[in-house]
Amino acid sequence: MATPSSSKFFGNPVVKWIEHRLPIFSFVDHSLGSQYPTPKNLSYWWNFGSLALAVLMVMIVSGIVLAMHFTPHVTMAFDSTERIMRDVNYGWLIRYIHMNGASFFFIVVYIHIFRGMYYGSYKAPREILWGLGVVILLLLMATAFMGYVLPWGQMSFWGATVITNLFSAIPLVGDYIVTWLWGGFAVENSTLNRFFSLHFLMPFLIVGVVVLHVWALHVHGSSNPIGIDAKGPQDKIPFHPYFTVKDAFGLTVFFIVFAAVIFFAPNVFGEPDNYIPANPLVTPEHIVPEWYFLPYYAILRAIPSKLLGVVAMFASILVLFILPWLDTSRVRSARFRPTYRWFFWIFVADCVVLGYIGAKPPEGWYLHIGRLATAWYFAHFLIVLPFLGWFERPLPLPASISEPVLKGAKATLMALAIGFGMLGFGAGPASAAGAPKPPAQKWSFDGVFGTFDAASRQRGFQVYREVCGACHALKQVYYRHLRDIGFSEDEVKAIAASVEVTDGPNDAGEMFQRPGRPSDRFKSPFANDNAARAGNNGALPVDLSLITKARPGGPDYLHALLTGYSDPPAGVKLSEGMNYNKYFPGNQIAMPQPLNADQVTYADGTKATVEQMAKDVTTFLAWAAEPELEARKRMGMKVMIFLVVLSALLFFVKRKVWSDVH
Amino acid sequence: MVNTAHSPTASHGAEGTRRDFLYLTAGAFGVVGAGATMWPFIHQMNPSADVLALSTTEVDVAPVAEGQSITVSWRGKPVFIRRRTQAEIQAARAININELPDPQADQARVKKPEWLILVGVCTHLGCVPLGQKTTDQRGEFGGWFCPCHGSHYDTSGRIRKGPAPANLPVPAYEFLSDTTVRIG
Ligand code: FES
Repeated sequence: MATPSSSKFFGNPVVKWIEHRLPIFSFVDHSLGSQYPTPKNLSYWWNFGSLALAVLMVMIVSGIVLAMHFTPHVTMAFDSTERIMRDVNYGWLIRYIHMNGASFFFIVVYIHIFRGMYYGSYKAPREILWGLGVVILLLLMATAFMGYVLPWGQMSFWGATVITNLFSAIPLVGDYIVTWLWGGFAVENSTLNRFFSLHFLMPFLIVGVVVLHVWALHVHGSSNPIGIDAKGPQDKIPFHPYFTVKDAFGLTVFFIVFAAVIFFAPNVFGEPDNYIPANPLVTPEHIVPEWYFLPYYAILRAIPSKLLGVVAMFASILVLFILPWLDTSRVRSARFRPTYRWFFWIFVADCVVLGYIGAKPPEGWYLHIGRLATAWYFAHFLIVLPFLGWFERPLPLPASISEPVLKGAKATLMALAIGFGMLGFGAGPASAAGAPKPPAQKWSFDGVFGTFDAASRQRGFQVYREVCGACHALKQVYYRHLRDIGFSEDEVKAIAASVEVTDGPNDAGEMFQRPGRPSDRFKSPFANDNAARAGNNGALPVDLSLITKARPGGPDYLHALLTGYSDPPAGVKLSEGMNYNKYFPGNQIAMPQPLNADQVTYADGTKATVEQMAKDVTTFLAWAAEPELEARKRMGMKVMIFLVVLSALLFFVKRKVWSDVH
Repeated sequence: MVNTAHSPTASHGAEGTRRDFLYLTAGAFGVVGAGATMWPFIHQMNPSADVLALSTTEVDVAPVAEGQSITVSWRGKPVFIRRRTQAEIQAARAININELPDPQADQARVKKPEWLILVGVCTHLGCVPLGQKTTDQRGEFGGWFCPCHGSHYDTSGRIRKGPAPANLPVPAYEFLSDTTVRIG
């Protein structure tokens, strides 16, 4: 099987010298090179294994880098994450890679698993290979869960609380286990610390199991779309260059999708609530796990018993371990199993339904559908698969892999596109009840090319400073950041110096007041949260640093809220001290109408209508929440163009390399 | 087995060249992309914006008496501020600078002869030399003495003896008034 180029390589005296002492080149050549025979008919669905490996590497590299800047302490985790987003060089890029990488890891792994199910890749002699894959899935889920806790937002905290509480369902020892997991009596600093440690460790355990997984793979080689074993060398081609180039092409296509999300929709998989710092005293109204856990979450909630719900949830994954024995058919590929093919797609649809239900509140019809879907999930494994093997009449199998001319690269690519298209689902769970959807506005910073309207943003800063800043803090923003919105060095200094900040202790051991400096955070209007509550009838004015990221609807919602004040409609009774706002969830808001016409005097002569001020301050706050937005989109454009060209080149390389097969 | 007989001699001239060109272009693109991707992961270890923003320190030197020194922190490093006596200034100026390991006139190292401001990090391997307290060992030249490997600095902070190769560096600083200095 040696290709001319590889025999030339192994003839090189330096290579020979090393090989004699450490046969590393022949090891690679046998693992992923010209000496690893691979079925020639693998479709693009077989790319997802190498994609998963690539994502694992991306996650490890970006994760190690993030750990250099992250502080796992309850008082600093959220802020240090924001510091990564704002002040660390390319920190926003690396964090968005890592954050979205988790979602893409699951997308790739789920497709990989469904491919295995469709083509019966788990059947003898690949049961252990499959089982190791399930172990990887479990480790991946644990890692993702702990990683989601680290930024210490509201969803982090409450997700951690709910998931760790699952273990309290265990009879007798449950409560002890939960206390042990927490290192306390609630999710707290000790929990965050250990989750950080374990989140760092587990990817390396995954690497270990991946090695076993690939080892097991190499014993019998890849399965293939036809599902029959290779009959001889005419059915196989060397992994290199055929599949190295095919995997490389697939990887660049994958990176195009990945980059599109990172640069242009980095929060599409996330929950706005996680941009609110963790608050152990208030649970968000709708707590939902990340999209990749939604189906299991639906199963958990489908069963009206704490213990059984937890058992069912874990069983839904553990059942995969025995799948090779539940499926009694001896035909691997669904291509030759006409009935199974139907049940496979029903099963896929069932998982999608479970995911949808997992994002909805557990009430009414959602609950019934969730129960049905849960029942079907288990029935598929425990009833359909065992019986189908006996009743189904498979189509005649071809005599060899080489026999049927495999067409359908186009169909496969289309299916791939559909696969990617499907993943968006579940990203947008229930919106706030009791308030209409805020009307969409046109924002200068919308879209792929959008940038902040600089004049509006500066006016917005004035509105914040003169109006909102009286009650609302902007803790994640520093005065020096104002240079980015067009203030000169001296203007920034003057703005900073206009406030007195507490510093110290001085040599006498006392705190003292000094004028602010550019390196100071925006001064908060109140010394602490309690003072803020006391000054506002008990209602805490929220920090505005991340407000457009922390609310569903973002800038549209903020604008709608600022302009949505009116007298209550007839029949609506307001509580003491509350105001009516059409767009506030529940319609009763403690904040009185903040913006009134001509409240500020714009230096550029723009008329200060409520509408104008609302637009301006929203633009400013959108910048405060996403100061990296313009740099992100600019870099995104370059990256996209580069990746498209590279994948086009690789497509032609792949065609060239493959031109002598078929 | 597939046909891999693309030996150069058998290759059909132009076709082979086109193929090589394609492979090389794709390879070059991949290498450039990988290289560019590495930059953010390297640059993230450089000082971040908040660290750079803190790179000035203002010091009130009014309480420092003649002959005394204070140490302040600037960019995480100690900065020595010594209010020199006339004798110390004279000692620093009364030597032939050409005999020094790192020749530099005292006049070039101060803005006001009284005030000597130095980064207090030994130029050998980074220890903090002794000599800030009047009770400290100050070495053979009355300035600072680095105990790690025995470097002696004079009253201008210049290296006189020992393994250190250079004088203690003078940071950028500015007198904002008679008694306040901004370092950095
Ligand atoms: S570090 Fe000062 S003498 Fe070596």
